[in-house]
Formats: sequence, C-alpha cells, structure tokens
Amino acid sequence: MPTVHAVPDLAPALPEVILAVVAMALLMLGVFRGDGSTRTVSWLAVAAMAVAGFFVITGPSDGVVTFSGMFVVDRFAVFMKVLVLIGSALALVMSFGYLRDEGMERFEFPVLLVLATLGMLMMVSANDLMALYLGLELQSLALYVVAAFKRESLRSTEAGLKYFVLGALSSGMLLYGCSLIYGITGATDFAALSAALSGGGEVPIGLVIGLVFLVSGLAFKVSAVPFHMWTPDVYEGAPTPVTAFFAVAPKIAAVALFLRVMMSPFGGLVSQWQQIIVVVSIASMVLGAFAAIRQDNIKRLMAYSSIGHVGYALVGLAAGTAEGMRGTILYMTIYLVMNVGTFAVILNMKRAGAMVEGIHDLAGLARSRPLMALAMGIFMFSLAGIPPLAGFFAKLYVFLAAVNAELYALAVIGVLASVVGAFYYLRIIRIMYFDAPSEVFDAPVASEMRVILAAAAVFTLFFFAYPAPFLAGAEAAALALVR
Amino acid sequence: MIVQTLTFCLLAAVTLASGVMVISARNPVHSVLFLILAFFNSAGLFVLMGAEFLAMIMVIVYVGAVAVLFLFVVMMLDINFVELRQGFLQYLPIGGLVGLIMLVELLLVLGGWAIRPPAGVVAAAEPAVAGVSNTEALGSLLYTRYVYLFQAAGMVLLVAMIGAIVLTLRTRAGVRKQSISRQVSRRRDEAVEVKEVAPGSGI
Repeated sequence: MPTVHAVPDLAPALPEVILAVVAMALLMLGVFRGDGSTRTVSWLAVAAMAVAGFFVITGPSDGVVTFSGMFVVDRFAVFMKVLVLIGSALALVMSFGYLRDEGMERFEFPVLLVLATLGMLMMVSANDLMALYLGLELQSLALYVVAAFKRESLRSTEAGLKYFVLGALSSGMLLYGCSLIYGITGATDFAALSAALSGGGEVPIGLVIGLVFLVSGLAFKVSAVPFHMWTPDVYEGAPTPVTAFFAVAPKIAAVALFLRVMMSPFGGLVSQWQQIIVVVSIASMVLGAFAAIRQDNIKRLMAYSSIGHVGYALVGLAAGTAEGMRGTILYMTIYLVMNVGTFAVILNMKRAGAMVEGIHDLAGLARSRPLMALAMGIFMFSLAGIPPLAGFFAKLYVFLAAVNAELYALAVIGVLASVVGAFYYLRIIRIMYFDAPSEVFDAPVASEMRVILAAAAVFTLFFFAYPAPFLAGAEAAALALVR
Repeated sequence: MIVQTLTFCLLAAVTLASGVMVISARNPVHSVLFLILAFFNSAGLFVLMGAEFLAMIMVIVYVGAVAVLFLFVVMMLDINFVELRQGFLQYLPIGGLVGLIMLVELLLVLGGWAIRPPAGVVAAAEPAVAGVSNTEALGSLLYTRYVYLFQAAGMVLLVAMIGAIVLTLRTRAGVRKQSISRQVSRRRDEAVEVKEVAPGSGI
C-alpha cells in the first residue's frame, strides 16, 4: 500500500524556487538566442534577483521550517539574503562594461551568477548539515567556473584551477567534520543537534574534532587565516568583475553560514569553539594588515584587505553573544557597501581600452577625475576605520561586543591591527592626491557605474547620520540566531 | 556466519590490496584496472551488508562510467607518469616522518576514547523495515523526506554541466558540418555533370 506524503510547504522557499526556475529559463533563452542575448539575459537575471529580494522581504520571517526541517527562514536569514542579493545584483550590473570590452559576453555568465546566488541563499537558510553542504557546493562550483571564465587568459585559468583544487580539499574537510558529528550524535538536523548538545555534561572528544574540521572548512570559505592561501591568487587572476563578486556576495553568505552553524546547532558549545575563532580572527586581522603593505596590485591588495575584514567580522562571532552577532551582521552590511564602491572604481581603471591593476596607476587621479578620487578616498578612509565613516562604526560594534564578552586581548590586537592596516589604505589616498599624475583613465564612466559609485559613497559617508534602521535590522537578525 | 566472515575478509583484503596497487602500479592503465577491481570488491561488500541497490549503482556508475572515463583519459593524455614520480624517494623520509607524527598524535588523542553516544543523543540509523526492498525504501525517502536535497543535488549537477561546457566548448571555424536541408534541396543538375567523352581519348 503506497503511503501518501504531503507536498512540502514551498512558500518559505519561494525566492529560491524563483531563482532556480529563472536560471533554467535564462539558460534556454541564451542557448536559443546565442551570445548576442547576453545583455538581455543579464538584465533579466538582475530583475530575477530583485523579484527574489521582494519575496524574501515580504515572505515569512519568524523561524518557519520546511522540507522536513532542512530549510529555515528567520529574521537572520531574511537580513542576510537581502545582503547577498544586493551584492550579487550589483556585481552583475558592474560586470556589463567589462564583459563587453574584454569580449567575454557569453550568456552563461549571468546564469552562473544566478545559480551561485541560489546556492548562497540555500546556505543562509540551511538547517541541516546535508542542506548546508549542498548549498555550499552549488555556490562554490559556480564560483570555480566563473573564476576561470576568461579561459584564454592563463592567470584566470590558474585562478579557477587553484580555487577548485583547494575548495575541493576544504569541502572534504567539512564533510569529514560533518560525518564525525553525525557519527557521534546520530543527527544532521540543526534543531536535533542543538537539543542533543545543550544538555550539558561532558562533550565527547570526537564531536570536538568534528567541529574543528567543520570550522576549518568554513574558515576556508570565508578565507580566514590559516586557510587564506588561495585568496590573493584567485582575486588577482579572476576577471575583475568576478573578483568584485567574490569579495562581496559569497563572503557574506559564508559568514552567515558560519554564524548559523556556530550559534544554532553548536550554540551550547561556545566554550569549545570560542578559542578557535579567537585565534583565527587574530591571525586574519594581523595577516591582513601586514601582508597588504607590500602589495602593488590593487586586486591583490583587496584580497588581503578582505582577509583582514573577515578577521574583524569574526571578532563578533568570537564574542558568542547576541551583541557580537549584531556586530558581525552590521559589519558585513557595511563591508558590502564599501567593497562594491571600491570595485566600481577598480573596474574603471582602464587605459586605452585595457584594464590596469597597479596601485601606482591611480597616481594623480585627484586631478584627472576629482569625483572618482573623492569616492575612492571615502571608501579607503572607511575601510581603514576612520570616524565618522561607516567602516568605523562597523569596527566599533564588533570591538564593543568583544570587550563586553571580556575578550580584551582580542579587542586590543584588533585595534592595533586596524592601525597598521590604515597605512596601506592611506597610501592609496596619498598616491591619488599627492603623486605626479600618470596618464588619464578612459572616459566616459558608464552611467550604471556612476549611480553605484555615488550611492555607495553617500551611504559610507552619511551612515552615522541615520544608522537606526540598520542597527535595528541587525539586532532583530541577531536575536533570531541567539536563543 | 563463518561463510559471511570469510567472504568479508576476502573482499576487504582484495579491496585494500588493489587500492594499494592503484597508487603503486607503474603503468597508469594498470592503475585504472586495479581501481575497477577495487570498485567491484566494494560492490561485493555492499551486497554483504544487504544494500543490493548501492552495489548495483557501484558497478553501473563507478565501473561502467567513471572508471572507463578514467581509462580513456589516461590513454589519451599520454602523460609520462614515471617522470612525475621522480621526486618520490627524495621526499619519502620527510613525508613519512610527518605522517608518523600525525598518526601518533591521532592515537594519543583518540586512544583513551571509546566511541559511544553520549546521553540524550538521537539513536543511530533505523533498522530496515521488513517487507520493503532496498530500492523501494531509498526511493520513498529520497522523493519525500529528502526531496529538497534531491533537487539541490540536481542544481549542482546542472552547474557542473554548464561549467564543463563553458570552459571547454570552442567553436572552431572551417568545420564541415552536415546540413540536412542543403542535402535534401540539392537537385540533380547541381550534383551531376555529364561530360561528352570522345572515344579513345580520356578526359
């Protein structure tokens, strides 16, 4: 006798369903219309992300669970999904000009970006170790391909291959950790895991080993030290819009996943993982600050900068409190805006139709392009954490959380590292404003770039005037995570 | 029972031995053939566990598709594997030392620890339901409880497919392709030319 099963509730997963269906429809459109349709496919992909974002915001947000407990939508998921969708959509819009100029206009690019975004949304909503892994793998696989998208370029191919090999290794570690955790507890469901582990008593050592493997895999995905080796090479080798994409959306999704895994199933084991996160966070901040000093390639510099920023974001996680979570969530929000803005400038570093990537190519930008130099200056000051710009508040909230959690050493080292890090951000400003001008960059700047640049600069500059909605949103998201 | 144990020992021993041969055989084609042997034996192990569906999948997918694909790649790429292995002996001492240290560390960590579920933890895998075959049980779980994972895995495979095409497909100019419409619309006078040949002179 066949058993009848109810169809799972699809409403919470509506944005994901939309993205999946749109990705397949756009694939068909592209295949039938050829590469000439890339622009159409790209705009439709952006529209799909906007529609998905609309349904994320209007959809359920009070901890609904579906697909037999594998998929959860709470305030945290909603907040992070909106960030991921904004990051992906902006990265896609910023890629238009580059794809056209470099002869990379192939319709698979937007389709792969949509699929990567789908993977990120699934990561953010994962409520089961298996769902976590599949979301992560969907995202990573699409990222490996777009890293190697400029296949006639040796560096791009190398970046894709390097990313793939190391990413596969980290997935292996993550899976090994998951299997150990499953072996010890007999559950993969986050709710069941959290119920099983919150009872107190002695923690089996095998579980701790599994947790360490899991953290290693996740640390690779957020490119935290000591799993950061791939970042500079991949950021430098990948086509610039892909680097811009890597620097925002996947990082936000991976940090979101990190927060959820640490707080939801392993929230009762804070004492077990806190020291690991503290060490990883300190190492990332210090390496990000010191290694970037010697870089002359701006993409490589941004890679080290992103390693450092992940370190700061993890300070909030290390605190293990609702305040810390709020700090990390807010950090990723501001990080998204600053990085999108910076990459909008980098994507306009073009001379005689060819991209240039050296930081000395920015020399004299203040005279040839005063507005662009001003925007870049704002982003650099903000990335360095200078008040009253947005980046300062990002750092302020994570460090406050660390101090309140009595992690004084972490907070002090973090502040020192950000002083060292300020050096290379200020160096760029010095080059732009005080060095003898080199040749002028190509004009004109595309209108969509101008809008993104202006919006990011205004947000970064005036965040201090009206931070309340972002604080409230991050607070609600954090409270959903810490129960 | 004794037969089962003996079969297990035999299959496991052959699996391990062929696994070692995969990495130590000099000829890469031999390596792949040992890999196939290892797959067959692990399929046997699955049968022994009562997982006949997985055993068949193992044979069909791994032996039938993956291993044959490897064989093709190995034969076509023509890599000089002897050259690749040249540094092996040079790095053996230090590599062995690192491996040994890690083994000792793992034994020290795990030595005093017995695998047992702590209190309050969910019981492990449910026993097989009587009267339901392996395939049926898998199917009824895969399409109900795990439908989300099933669909997600489908998306992952779609990405893999797109990726393989994006990274390798090249449109080459000057390739002669069959055009059926042109073939069909061809007329007799376009294709055949009648020449008057004078006797005894040739063309």
